[in-house]
Amino acid sequence: MCGIVGLLVKNPALRNHLGALMVPMLVGMTERGPDSAGLAVYTAPVSAECHKLSLYSGENAVDWTHLLARIAADFSEAQEISGHGNHAVLTSATDPDWLVAWLARHAPDIAVLSVGQSIDLYKDVGAPADIAERYRFKSLRGSHLVGHTRMATESAVTPAHAHPFTAGRDFCLVHNGSLSNPHLVRRKLEPLGIEFETDNDTEAACRFFEWRLREGDDLKTAVQRGFSELDGFFTFLMGTDQELLIVRDAFACKPAVVAETDDYVAIASEFRSLAHLPHISHATLFEPKPEEIYSWRI
Amino acid sequence: MTGPLLEESAGFDRSTIDYIQRAAATGLYEIRGLGAKRRVPNFDDLLFLAASLSRYPLEGYRERCSTKTLLGTRFATRPIELAIPITIAGMSFGALSARVKDALGRAATEVGTSTTTGDGGMTTEERASSKTLVYQCLPSRYGFNPDDVRRADAIEIVIGQGAKPGGGGMLLGQKVNPRVARMRTLPEGVDQRSASRHPDWTGPDDLVIKIKELREITDWEKPIYVKVGATRVFNDVKLAVHAGADVIVVDGMQGGTAATQTVFIEHVGIPTLAALRQAVDALDDLNMRGTVQLVISGGIRSGADVAKALAMGADAVAIGQGVLVALGCNSDSYVVDGRHVPAIDDYARLGTAPGFCHHCHTGKCPVGVATQDAALELRLDPQIGAKRLRNYLKTVNMELTTIARACGKQDVHHLEKEDLVALTVEAAAMAGIPLAGTSWIPGARVPGPA
Amino acid sequence: MANLRPLPKVREFDLARDSLRDLNFFLHKQAVAEGFSHVRVINPDGAHSVACGLDAHVDVQIHGHVGYYAAGMNQHASVTVHGNAGPGAAENMMSGRVHVKGFASTAAGASAHGGLLIVDGDASLRCGISLKGADIVVGGSVGSFSAFMAQAGRIVICGDAEDALGDSLYEAVIYVRGKVRSLGADARFEPMADTDRAALKNLLAQSGMSFDPADFRRVASAKSLYHWHADANQEY
Repeated sequence: MCGIVGLLVKNPALRNHLGALMVPMLVGMTERGPDSAGLAVYTAPVSAECHKLSLYSGENAVDWTHLLARIAADFSEAQEISGHGNHAVLTSATDPDWLVAWLARHAPDIAVLSVGQSIDLYKDVGAPADIAERYRFKSLRGSHLVGHTRMATESAVTPAHAHPFTAGRDFCLVHNGSLSNPHLVRRKLEPLGIEFETDNDTEAACRFFEWRLREGDDLKTAVQRGFSELDGFFTFLMGTDQELLIVRDAFACKPAVVAETDDYVAIASEFRSLAHLPHISHATLFEPKPEEIYSWRI
Repeated sequence: MTGPLLEESAGFDRSTIDYIQRAAATGLYEIRGLGAKRRVPNFDDLLFLAASLSRYPLEGYRERCSTKTLLGTRFATRPIELAIPITIAGMSFGALSARVKDALGRAATEVGTSTTTGDGGMTTEERASSKTLVYQCLPSRYGFNPDDVRRADAIEIVIGQGAKPGGGGMLLGQKVNPRVARMRTLPEGVDQRSASRHPDWTGPDDLVIKIKELREITDWEKPIYVKVGATRVFNDVKLAVHAGADVIVVDGMQGGTAATQTVFIEHVGIPTLAALRQAVDALDDLNMRGTVQLVISGGIRSGADVAKALAMGADAVAIGQGVLVALGCNSDSYVVDGRHVPAIDDYARLGTAPGFCHHCHTGKCPVGVATQDAALELRLDPQIGAKRLRNYLKTVNMELTTIARACGKQDVHHLEKEDLVALTVEAAAMAGIPLAGTSWIPGARVPGPA
Repeated sequence: MANLRPLPKVREFDLARDSLRDLNFFLHKQAVAEGFSHVRVINPDGAHSVACGLDAHVDVQIHGHVGYYAAGMNQHASVTVHGNAGPGAAENMMSGRVHVKGFASTAAGASAHGGLLIVDGDASLRCGISLKGADIVVGGSVGSFSAFMAQAGRIVICGDAEDALGDSLYEAVIYVRGKVRSLGADARFEPMADTDRAALKNLLAQSGMSFDPADFRRVASAKSLYHWHADANQEY
């Protein structure tokens, strides 16, 4: 029910072209996922005392400047906002947990898509090409990204169900496949204080990793544990501020192709999303083996 | 009162005691044919509101009531045109004899409808006798080949069937005779187990590509159907639409099989009534009603069932078990040289009796329908079978038009769900139709997974 | 200088510019009639269903990587992919020859009834799944569940095999040169006979592989799952 894309540029000179390289990859996955799309981009990190929050207002029009003023009225730390249409990035020196709580109370129609120092998250309904246009994806800059296109079953195609799902700081996950025990996972995690926003099976996987990371596992250890606790079919593509990671379940029914050169590593569900990349004819091409964890650091 | 009081337990009734004792004796689960036997909410629990003072009926015979049905208009250049909205469901050569497949084709051609191949491929008999033939593409891919793909009138990608959604096909060794074995590329006499997943695709995102491949192979001429067994119907229908299906076939739990584990038949899958409502809701939600056609199957028996299915939003139905019964399944006799020959002893040898038999899996069908045995096969004369089936289909169609006319419809496809009321709370909730005499529809009315 | 054989007419399709439909339509309905026995395809760029449903003695050379179902349901034709192939390469092939010079993704040769599929590189999981009589020769290694429910035909693996090789095998035979991580249900190693070695030599020669048949082992079905019975502890 979806397509996934991932891109990490090894050559710093390509960071300014991250978006331009990615847009054809995302659009190439439209047939697999025509209804909604999401993208997590990891930019140069903000200063150590700040965090970025990606905000989304869905169908509601929001005056972002006005929102900033309201926040500034309640918090003394530095704030700035950059908003276009129904999406904005709030950069703030305030503790992000307080901001999230404030927003939940004072602006409940606004969804917080991500919190981190590098990550910016975009999600919307519509065809991937339209979403790319709407948020000017081709101008995006950064070190790496994780993207997803979705074929929906819910009628109100809500962005809440669109991937990437995020957890903690700078962590995101996209998923191609179908988990068969998501409700069991949710019922195990909720008593441990992990909060769910949807009943989407991918969110169950994301919260599972959130839990393991919270408990002190590194990402690879968390994924190892996931092999026994998450049931079903999956190709997971994950991002942290430092790395990109892909893993497939033991049956490897959901496709994934990787293209690696000295300049970049690119991942997609189908090769046709990689065909346009520079020097692709010289890239090392391979398909990740089942139950093996592949990761690349920036 | 005389005699001892015999009190049967509802939980450990005779049937359950028998099941446990058989399991203890054999160490194997029971395998049988046909569909769910236990009572579930079904079309009998719905009734029509016909003409009255506020609605006027049509005259039978004189005033036209059209039954013409078009399937596969979305992408194919040659959609399927049927004279009636009653099709013959996919049943395999292997489960049934070649003579039966021939009879099905003849009857279907005569009444102007389609037949469907099953898990085992296309027989020359069926292609020759059936004017409109739908060719199934199943997880097993037994006998599947491009020449037959090109010879078919439509392709039906089977994800599952109502009797065993999530399970693969099954044919016991006694039915894997030389011809069946050859067509399925199997050794003779093996207990055939089919795969439950397709070998070269998994999931609706892959299905998009698979459907396109079949379209490319057939130069975009033929409709592509997608068939699902009824489980998460709302989601499945939406995904099938997204994947590019021209026609969606939904098979409820009452749907039959020639052989599978009893536990599957009775405990997996949802009733056709609930499945149909969800399927229609899914199409409405995507605004695809009329663009993608819906065929419902699983225990469709009579013209009343067909009328109710159409009223609820199906474009057509498929009948499997009813067709077999018309040919003689569970009949107490068969016809040879114009004589009726009693078959009761043959049923008794199987441990059953006419009216109770579900022993298709044995291959010893007393009336020559679900068998590969050369001697038993002869008990079904294709010509007689074709005539009986034609009679049955015509009767069903007449009942359908009678009801439609009484509801004031000039076209059976103008039946609508507001023509119906429900007799029970369960049926009202599952079908989304008010309880008779009230405006009450119990249960959540939001379209969505049940 | 008389009696020179005429060069074959070659028609080229550029999938960066021409549509897949135009290519396949030409291959199905026009190539033979117009006297083209050779077709060249450039810039496939991962397109799906390239040269599927062929039914004539044409030679198709594809330069680049293809997506799913390349040469699907092939009959009589010869298709060469100078690159990698996505899932289901040569699925349900009936006859003819398909040659993938790079690697093949999952379900290579799935349910193929006849003909020869050659993969010079690795093939992924489920290579030869549901095989129904075709021959598959893989120069590299294969992934898990290869030859799953393979009913007839032969699979030659010049490299290694991962888990569950030949699970639920019927009559298909596997020749494997490298390591096998594990065998599937009812699959077992059997001694190689002269007929095996001869068959293998022939298949390797047809595929242009220069390995020694003596280095291969035979895997076939123990046939204990052919019939249900209570003591077999069968997973059904």
